[in-house]
Amino acid sequence: MYDFNYHKPSSVAEAAQLLSQLEDAKLLAGGHTFVPTLKQRLAQPSDLIDLNGIAELRGIREEGGGLVIGAMTRHGEIAFSDVVKRANPALAALAEHVGDPQVRNRGTIGGSISNNDPAADYPGAILSLKATVVTNSREIPGDDFFTAMFETALEEDEIVTAIKFPKPGRAAYMKFPNPASRYAMVGSMVHEQNGEVRVAITGAAPCPFRWTEAEQALGSNFSPDALESLTVDATDLNSDIHGSAAYRAHLIKVMTKRAVAKILG
Amino acid sequence: MNDQGIGARTLRVEDKRFITGRGRYTDDINQPGQAYAVFVRSPHAHARINGVDVQAALDWPGVLAVLTGEDAAADGLGNLPCGWMVRSKDGSDMKMGPHPVLAQGKARYVGDPVAMVIASTHEGAEAAAEMLQIDWEELPAIADVGEAHGGPVVHDDIPNNLIYDWEIGDRAQVDAAFGKAAQIAKVEIVNNRLITNAMEPRAAIGAYEPGTGSSTLYLTSQNPHVHRLVMSAFVNVAPEHKLHVIAPDVGGGFGSKIFIYNEECAVVWASRRLNGVPVKWTSDRSEAFITDAHGRDHISKAELALDNDGNFLALRVNTKANLGAYMSTFSSCVPTYLYATLLAGQYKTPSIYCDVQAYYTNTVPVDANRGAGRPEACYLIETLVDQAARDIGMDPAELRRRNFIPKDAFPYRTPVALIYDTGDYEKTLDEALGLVDYANFAQRRASSEAQGKLRGIGVCCYIEACGIAPSAVVGSLGAGVGLWESAKVRFSHTGKLQVMTGTHTHGQGHETTFAQLVSTKLGVPMDDIEVIHGDTEKTPVGMGTYGSRSLAVGGEAIAKSCDKLIEKGKKIAAHLLEASEGDIEFKNGSFGVRGTDRAKSIGEIVFAAYVPHNYPADLEPGMEEMAFFDPPNFTFPAGTYVCEVEIDQNTGITTVERLVAVDDFGNVVNPMIVEGQVHGGLVHGIGQALYEHAVYDDTGQLVTGSYMDYCMPRADNVPYFEVHTVAGTPCTSNSLGVKGCGEAGAIGAPAAVINAISNAIGTHVDMPATPEKVWRVLQSRQMPLAAE
Amino acid sequence: MPTVSMTVNGKQVSGEVENRTLLVEFLRNNLRLTGTHVGCDTSQCGCCVVHVNDDSVKACTMLAVQAEGAKVVTIEGMADGDTLHPIQEAFRQNHGLQCGFCTPGMIMSAADLLKNNPDPSEKEVRVWLEGNICRCTGYHNIVKSILAAAKTMQATA
Repeated sequence: MYDFNYHKPSSVAEAAQLLSQLEDAKLLAGGHTFVPTLKQRLAQPSDLIDLNGIAELRGIREEGGGLVIGAMTRHGEIAFSDVVKRANPALAALAEHVGDPQVRNRGTIGGSISNNDPAADYPGAILSLKATVVTNSREIPGDDFFTAMFETALEEDEIVTAIKFPKPGRAAYMKFPNPASRYAMVGSMVHEQNGEVRVAITGAAPCPFRWTEAEQALGSNFSPDALESLTVDATDLNSDIHGSAAYRAHLIKVMTKRAVAKILG
Repeated sequence: MNDQGIGARTLRVEDKRFITGRGRYTDDINQPGQAYAVFVRSPHAHARINGVDVQAALDWPGVLAVLTGEDAAADGLGNLPCGWMVRSKDGSDMKMGPHPVLAQGKARYVGDPVAMVIASTHEGAEAAAEMLQIDWEELPAIADVGEAHGGPVVHDDIPNNLIYDWEIGDRAQVDAAFGKAAQIAKVEIVNNRLITNAMEPRAAIGAYEPGTGSSTLYLTSQNPHVHRLVMSAFVNVAPEHKLHVIAPDVGGGFGSKIFIYNEECAVVWASRRLNGVPVKWTSDRSEAFITDAHGRDHISKAELALDNDGNFLALRVNTKANLGAYMSTFSSCVPTYLYATLLAGQYKTPSIYCDVQAYYTNTVPVDANRGAGRPEACYLIETLVDQAARDIGMDPAELRRRNFIPKDAFPYRTPVALIYDTGDYEKTLDEALGLVDYANFAQRRASSEAQGKLRGIGVCCYIEACGIAPSAVVGSLGAGVGLWESAKVRFSHTGKLQVMTGTHTHGQGHETTFAQLVSTKLGVPMDDIEVIHGDTEKTPVGMGTYGSRSLAVGGEAIAKSCDKLIEKGKKIAAHLLEASEGDIEFKNGSFGVRGTDRAKSIGEIVFAAYVPHNYPADLEPGMEEMAFFDPPNFTFPAGTYVCEVEIDQNTGITTVERLVAVDDFGNVVNPMIVEGQVHGGLVHGIGQALYEHAVYDDTGQLVTGSYMDYCMPRADNVPYFEVHTVAGTPCTSNSLGVKGCGEAGAIGAPAAVINAISNAIGTHVDMPATPEKVWRVLQSRQMPLAAE
Repeated sequence: MPTVSMTVNGKQVSGEVENRTLLVEFLRNNLRLTGTHVGCDTSQCGCCVVHVNDDSVKACTMLAVQAEGAKVVTIEGMADGDTLHPIQEAFRQNHGLQCGFCTPGMIMSAADLLKNNPDPSEKEVRVWLEGNICRCTGYHNIVKSILAAAKTMQATA
């Protein structure tokens, strides 16, 4: 690992100031992607700004029937929060399967989405549950947040401070984990609310996306059968030793059907 | 009676230090003033080294030395040898390309060490390593053994990359039998390349002592004396008597820590060059993936000839084995003498022929990995037998039973050179089928189907040969060493015992098993016995631990040492009890005069031996004996494994629902430890069958270079196992009647799992049977998608 | 060089580190607590699991400076003098270890599980151990050990 300067600000304002002032500073959240990257000498930041000392970035609160989750809230806190379990059970269930227990004890929702790893789980929730990403300077609609593999709508000096999830309808997330890394090879999060259906797919492509054909089909008939006649175009899907694009295309359909079935109980 | 001795489920004496965090592994050890080594490795699978500019690295603060292949050559370092000569069909020697400690001229795999940077801190060495300028000229590379013949040449003077073209068996006889066959079953199979992944990465500290000219090497080794021998006799890092090798606690080996690697040699050499600065190197996991010897990697074609009644007539096999870029220490014998000699399996097939072509490729060297050759043989036979059963429509268990070597046929000489001493294959088959309730499988299949799942059952009847021996035979087959084992058993004045063994324990529990053995033999409590291993200055010269040999060979050496102590004790007792030696009998720790109640405890005898005030005139004082044991034959553990899987048709995910293992290990010293060895082996085998695969791309880059892509089985991938050891057929090659048990699971499980999958989906799927592979088979069969 | 201070196994400790020093390096190199092991570099094997402020974490994925002021417990802090922690004792009784290298991480991870879920099912134990890799035991006796420990700890709770 290359050495770096270390800063542990106690407020978002202080963190933002450091981020804008320092030459090549990086934010450190849970560290479960970033620290391994540093260990492999694949990154050489001049400064690390550790967000773990900023109390205002943590915590879960209910607001207008929805949830506001601080960016530095750990996966485990979301998974086992009584508030989340009651107000947004599908989100709690998703968080319960992010990484392993030790990852969930350190990893944060803000860190995860800011990285936009194509195999992460949360993008499924952001897109399907119509979340809004709150930063130190603005609010970004979830639909606009993920722009490309490992890229987001965040500006250079922007810090994610919270994620807002409106009151959801019925939702479920089903994941086909990569057998080795346990990241999502395909994850499908289905959300139905007042007849409107959102289907968000993560893991399968370089960037999370909404499967609009499925949304339409489920909109008129919310049952796994409604997906039967659909096929997923494999052209832009990921392909690797664990799964070809064609297999991922197939799994998108299977996982989406399972998510619908889970919602229907 | 001894309730902790042979046969007891005695808790392990080594556990206390491990569960409290007080194990002492190589990386836990530091030497005063030590420096840290980092190796600069080839990023290319195949490239000429046109120059190495070390200056910038040398100038980095804290750097003590930057060493290259030229330095090693200048210092007279030799090559890392392969210690087993295999000869081709035409009688020619195998073609061994030079394997220098640091690459010279060209690098032959991604990870090939080119230079060694030594600095006062690890971070400094890492930073300096990046300063090294290497002028690379990339060359075309080859990774796939199927394309090695005629591919880019890995070693310039070795045409077609062919190391040897070896054969065993009578080809004419086999061909004739095939001519008369009623049925011929065929398989073409890949035995997937594995990465061993002991959880402790390799590490070493070399420390030269200028005052004495001696060197000490701490390292992660399964066989410290073998390291000492090869490093002194071939690599020339130190004379053998001046090299002290210590393998302290070692965090798993599974074969990968047998071999003599570049880095361990280099630290000893470097410390001498630095006039005694200790040099430490610890591998990280990423480095382990590209430097620890890999395992398996065969492609084979096999045919089995049968008559109309399902009797096996002959077996014909061709195998191409990938040995990687250099020949690792025992690489040559794995796809030959440890593989093809096991192709008879448990069957009385009268004629067998196998030829094997071993090739160089631009990949990490391939050598023994848990089972070494025997898993490849077992997988081949047992999937082929299932193919035959499918072809002729016979129950696979019954087809096996029909062809078993009958229990009254032992000792049995197979057509591929081995003589099985004992066995009762129907017994283990029957017990396994009974335990799994084979007869009622159809009901379980139906209930899985009712839930939309496919269910399959697979049988594997494995045999393995362990405790490879005797030395004269392995020598005649090309081994460069003897495969005996040593032990020394030493009483002290107070009746306490030290047991020095030439084997090494890295998870197997020798400190317990060997103490149990001695406790029973000598009637001494377990608490009074200390087992010492892993240090060339404390133990007699030994050959180490691999091939499930430690108890069958090393344990027997301990037993023989104990017998010598008893013989000596009888002389002392006869003197003290004023009886004739022939009347003394030793039982439960006491020397008594037969037919009387006059006796001396072993403690009294030991004391008399060390304080010989009243002592036989012609007898040496002391109670310390050693023995070497060179077994007359291998041991042949065998058994039946039955696996049941469920397959999710819509994803192709296979779940191991049950695995019943019934093993005949002969006599068992500690059933608890033996079962634990089987559990671990089973998951190794399930890993190979379902999850693990070292994948190279076309340019020779390792795609599965971390746990992100190389799938290690996790706790939630496997069920509880049903492991049973039958009151078996004791081995006749050692007085204990024991056989090896450490590799059985890894040998038997892969075929049991794959046969279960084949049973579920009606066709063979190669390992690893990933979800996509299984799904593709189901797709091609256009089976209807199950209702969700 | 920065100085970090924390409580490790009930003792106040401090030491000089670099910013890049990992918690596991601080424990192993500065404090010579070598029971915490390093088995991978991708935060997956779990050989380095320790407790930081009562949660199990991978000490290889946290900087030492991040543990400033924290309460850290390692495998060396689990036993009470000569009395083994019930999980340690269960591993011994059930042959839950072979080479011992993954064992400290397994025990520390198991302790966190049983804190959160004192009576787990076999499946819950297996799923919990996703972040702990063992090559020796086939997990069979590890799972058995943890379930046995749960029973003991419930009986004495």
